[in-house]
Amino acid sequence: MSEARDEILGLLRRSLHVSGAEAPRRAAVQSRLAGAPRGVIPARGQLDRAGRVALFTQMAQAAFASVAVAPGPADVPAEAARWLRDNNLPASLRMGADLRLKAMPWAGTALEIATGRSDGRDLNAISHAFAGVAESGTLFLTSGPENPTTLNFLPDNHIVVVSAADIEGDYESVFERLRTSFGKGLMPRTVNMITGPSRSADIAQTMLLGAHGPRKLHIVIVDAA
Amino acid sequence: MSVHSNPTTPQFKDNAHKAMGDPQLQQAMGKLRAGFTALRQMAISRLPEFESLRDSARDIKNHTLAHLDLYIEAYEKKVTESGGHVHFARTAGEARQIIVDICKTRGAKTVTKGKSMISEEIALNEALEAAGVAPIETDLGEYIIQLRGEIPSHIIGPAVHLTKEQVEGDFRRVHTHLPVDRDLHEPTQLLTEARGILREKFLASDIGITGANFLIAETGTSIIVTNEGNGDLTQILPKCHIVIASLEKITPTLEDAAQLLRVLARSATGQEMSVYTTLSTGPRRPDDVDGPEEYHVVLLDNGRSSMIGTQFQDMLRCIRCGACMNHCPVYHAVGGHAYGWVYPGPMGAVLTPSLIGVEKGGQLPNASTFCGRCESVCPMRIPLPGMMRHWREREFERHLEPSPVRYGLGVWAFFAKRPWLYGAATRIAARAMAYYARKTGRFAALPLASGWTDWRDFPAPEGETFQAKWKRERTAK
Repeated sequence: MSEARDEILGLLRRSLHVSGAEAPRRAAVQSRLAGAPRGVIPARGQLDRAGRVALFTQMAQAAFASVAVAPGPADVPAEAARWLRDNNLPASLRMGADLRLKAMPWAGTALEIATGRSDGRDLNAISHAFAGVAESGTLFLTSGPENPTTLNFLPDNHIVVVSAADIEGDYESVFERLRTSFGKGLMPRTVNMITGPSRSADIAQTMLLGAHGPRKLHIVIVDAA
Repeated sequence: MSVHSNPTTPQFKDNAHKAMGDPQLQQAMGKLRAGFTALRQMAISRLPEFESLRDSARDIKNHTLAHLDLYIEAYEKKVTESGGHVHFARTAGEARQIIVDICKTRGAKTVTKGKSMISEEIALNEALEAAGVAPIETDLGEYIIQLRGEIPSHIIGPAVHLTKEQVEGDFRRVHTHLPVDRDLHEPTQLLTEARGILREKFLASDIGITGANFLIAETGTSIIVTNEGNGDLTQILPKCHIVIASLEKITPTLEDAAQLLRVLARSATGQEMSVYTTLSTGPRRPDDVDGPEEYHVVLLDNGRSSMIGTQFQDMLRCIRCGACMNHCPVYHAVGGHAYGWVYPGPMGAVLTPSLIGVEKGGQLPNASTFCGRCESVCPMRIPLPGMMRHWREREFERHLEPSPVRYGLGVWAFFAKRPWLYGAATRIAARAMAYYARKTGRFAALPLASGWTDWRDFPAPEGETFQAKWKRERTAK
């Protein structure tokens, strides 16, 4: 369909009264794509680390996620087990190949751990977030064998671990981290920005949790000072 | 033929009339009036930077539209580099054909779909069905209206026009494999039932089709924004993900998308952020354990390239938040279906004539009180009332309005161009009307004004014209 492509670009250029070859236009586009200038950044997230963790917690809770703090990575399994128990959920958990999660002392709990992608039969899953954003209590998860994207959506209950050091004030700072990790202009197959558990207001305009994705989202902040 | 391919827009007046007499619709619309507007207001009051974000969002889109040809080229290059394919479609028909061909080549039997207004615009489901492919809408609202054979009545809440009793009726009618005596009284029971049914569809789907809120030129990424997570299950489970989006969704960088995201959810639902904002780039990578093996983007023009450089260019800034309809007194009164095609409310009144022609869509720009609320809440600062006026002018130029309107405007113009005559005529009319209605102060019937007086009384003038009163009070100062 290159004929359609050329005609659409031709129509656009006719409407814009340009040829597409104008140097100043090309330079404007190149510099925006290369520099990715930041726009207006809300002041609310521009805090020190403790402030960002506090705001992240408050915003995630306002979006109906539950939040707990673990003093170190070694405390995560006990917190996960406690949360599952308190919510009367089965003592099973699926995770990907994330080395940070693997290194945690799961044997110290009674949890039955499964690994790999979900086929839709798991009730509970745990993932490690790439980062968090204080501004809106949003988690960033990246796809890959470490944290398969199916774990973010198929299980009923999702536990997400995020390091306090990875909680930024704004989305822009996380985009910069993505460029550092994956390369400028390159992205993992999927980046999920997640703010609270799944919901819908499509029936009688009544907001209900647990539409298609997780019914519950529990965030464990690892705050190793 | 469905409303998609056969708009009832030319019958807007009849549609509106019926809608105002529909008690279930009026019940649902009453709820909408209170809900969305209050939530938006609260969200905005929590963010002091909201107004400057609106300016920033508007400027980003203006810059992008002015360089759209170059950003499309940059976007296409990045998608291709990440292993995806971009297909260009000039018309709705071309877009349908591209998607049907992808489905047929892969022997697809069922296709799950995330919510997409472009899919509605091109009537994709009809084309898939005709090709023997079963399309399954997975956004709860879209699923409900698919069961009913309807079009969305709102761009972000397709089923806002329905009560829970109506949804219960539809589920009982269609989900006949479930026990007849099951309890579906509560909205949560309805949600659970739909979740169970659609979960099976997700897992069995051959191809997933989603829309896109933004297409990022910097990275070749498509972004969808949802609350349910259906768009994600749609794209990560099947072997092939098709994105259908129109040209103006192109956005230069991730930073630019962040500006737009900050105004989108707040304007739409009053959320700080929608639950799922998903950035998808190409097919699955060699070491991925899930995700689609193929990634296609169908980039649709359908008349948009011709809107650039015209007085309707600003409409291409629209990010489909729905704030204009949530705040529109006409939309509140008649609901979305009265508009007769896929885009309702003020944004639909401007966009519909561009897409289906002013001959069919010309009534919509007249469905406005010009109260200006749509423009005042539009996060992209689109001058919607101004553009509706442009359409009215075009309609007049092309002699499309009914002849009494044209004749009446001609008579009015004759007087308006002769101020002394206008003054004299209105003076006499005002006095005469005041005299005739001196007992009641209103008219139950007036010649040539039955469109008004059939429904409500016409208040009588007090005997003096506005101009005379203005002159008198100015002189008195």
